[in-house]
Amino acid sequence: MHPAYSIIFFTTASGLGYGLLGLLGLAGAAGTVPADRWLGVAGLGLALGAVTLGLLSSTFHLGHPERAWMAMREWRSSWLSREGVLALATYVPAGLFAIGWVVFGSTGGVWAWCGLLAALGAAVTVACTAMIYASIRAIPRWHNGFVPPVYLVLSLLTGALALDALLRLFGAARPAVTILAIAAAVLGAGLKLLYWRHIDNAPPVATAASATGLTGTVRLLEAPHTSPNYLQQEMGYRVARKHAARLRLIALVMGFAVPAALSLLALVAGGWTAAGLAVVAALLAYIGVLIERWLFFAEAQHAVTLYYGEARV
Amino acid sequence: MTDLPRAPSGTRLGLVIDLDICVGCHACAVNCKEWNAGGYHAPLTDERPYDADPLGVWFNRIHTYEVTNKASESGGSADARVVHFPRSCLHCEDAPCVTVCPTGASYKRAADGIVLVEEDRCIGCKLCSWACPYGAREYDGTEGVMKKCTLCIDRIYNEALEEIDRVPACVSTCPATARHFGDLGDPDSDVSKLVAERGGVDLMPEMMTRPVNQYLPPRPRREGGAGGAAIAAPALEDAAPEGGFLGWLDKLLSD
Repeated sequence: MHPAYSIIFFTTASGLGYGLLGLLGLAGAAGTVPADRWLGVAGLGLALGAVTLGLLSSTFHLGHPERAWMAMREWRSSWLSREGVLALATYVPAGLFAIGWVVFGSTGGVWAWCGLLAALGAAVTVACTAMIYASIRAIPRWHNGFVPPVYLVLSLLTGALALDALLRLFGAARPAVTILAIAAAVLGAGLKLLYWRHIDNAPPVATAASATGLTGTVRLLEAPHTSPNYLQQEMGYRVARKHAARLRLIALVMGFAVPAALSLLALVAGGWTAAGLAVVAALLAYIGVLIERWLFFAEAQHAVTLYYGEARV
Repeated sequence: MTDLPRAPSGTRLGLVIDLDICVGCHACAVNCKEWNAGGYHAPLTDERPYDADPLGVWFNRIHTYEVTNKASESGGSADARVVHFPRSCLHCEDAPCVTVCPTGASYKRAADGIVLVEEDRCIGCKLCSWACPYGAREYDGTEGVMKKCTLCIDRIYNEALEEIDRVPACVSTCPATARHFGDLGDPDSDVSKLVAERGGVDLMPEMMTRPVNQYLPPRPRREGGAGGAAIAAPALEDAAPEGGFLGWLDKLLSD
């Protein structure tokens, strides 16, 4: 699949934003972080800013962005529609929670319930984003059980690292958040390794023979057209195996291994050194997840490629 | 409404494509483009049509495949043949392109099962083209909307046309009669009988789309030919004739 930058930015930025929003909602409701006004401005500003920029970016690849509001209509059948509805709905408790924290300096009482609802909305919206891809049977590398947990854990990872960096910058370090980020890194790396093992070894779902209904070995002799069409440009993107292997390693190291190691160091170091380490960890993890998401698209093979020379998907 | 029809009428209009006699002339693709460039989805934009890298919207594409069977696979002698394969929308019963649409622009009609795109509601998110395993939908980057085969709804119900012409453009133009149009929901229709007689198949049944369009596989080779060819050429005449005029000539030329 063609890795469109707008979609890669959307899924990773909204993942980070919803991860951070969810953790702020939970931590605020539990009273484990101080209801400091500027921490609220920075944290909720970053979370809602990343979510909003991501959502705006997702409309850039539309042919008719001015009709984007119509996408709320078919929530009964479409995961894309469900994602849109939940993304907008989540702004309500998130906005109220932000008012409580920033204006009234409180995350307790009724504001705590807003925080919990915002956390729930964040998690469900990320799950809907994942299901947009996981529901597409024509792309077997997306249509499997690894995709939703990977999206959720990577959202949690980038969100937890961002929260850890913010708390340390505001002198309110919480070791539990650091440990949560390390756990998410370990879990995320494990899930990605399992996902890659799955897509490398899964038996083919469809073949050139099943796509054409012909019996025997089917080989494309003559293509229908002399220059690539929309289908090949959108669905025919292939990343070289050699690059894929290298990029997987880079994603694992930058996205999971180094951030986890830096977070461990931050736990030991404390103070401004720890804050610096946490900021670097959060930035590296985001870049690692960007590479991971690029690969998620570039490695996905679409069934239509069977008509254009692929033997199996 | 992008839910699939809850109460389909039972009518399933579609195509039956005979891979045994398709000659790969691309006439169906050309007539489809010609008709639809002025039809429901008009225009079918072509970008850079006269440059080295033209890009355009077509609803029908003709692929040509080489199909080989080893002796053990086919149960008989080894076989290789060329099959021309027209590919277009299959108007699936469980159309994944319909249910993924967030706006309701993509829908399946209850009355006749035709899958259509209402361009005024299409936001151009392209998700339907991702959901279709068959590559039936092509995005028009100039118009910013998705386009697809309409089964020529502007022909098949068009009372301004002679009744004989009320078939999709691809069907009307096929010089080999490899394309048939009819109601596949009616077991007594000509197309349904043809499918039953020739063993019509669903494309990629593993995608669980239940296509309406059916493909008739090539008929098996007739036995008796060398290398699977049906008709053996007669042997060349004897190169060393004995006696007679040819024998004398052969002797003369051989010296």
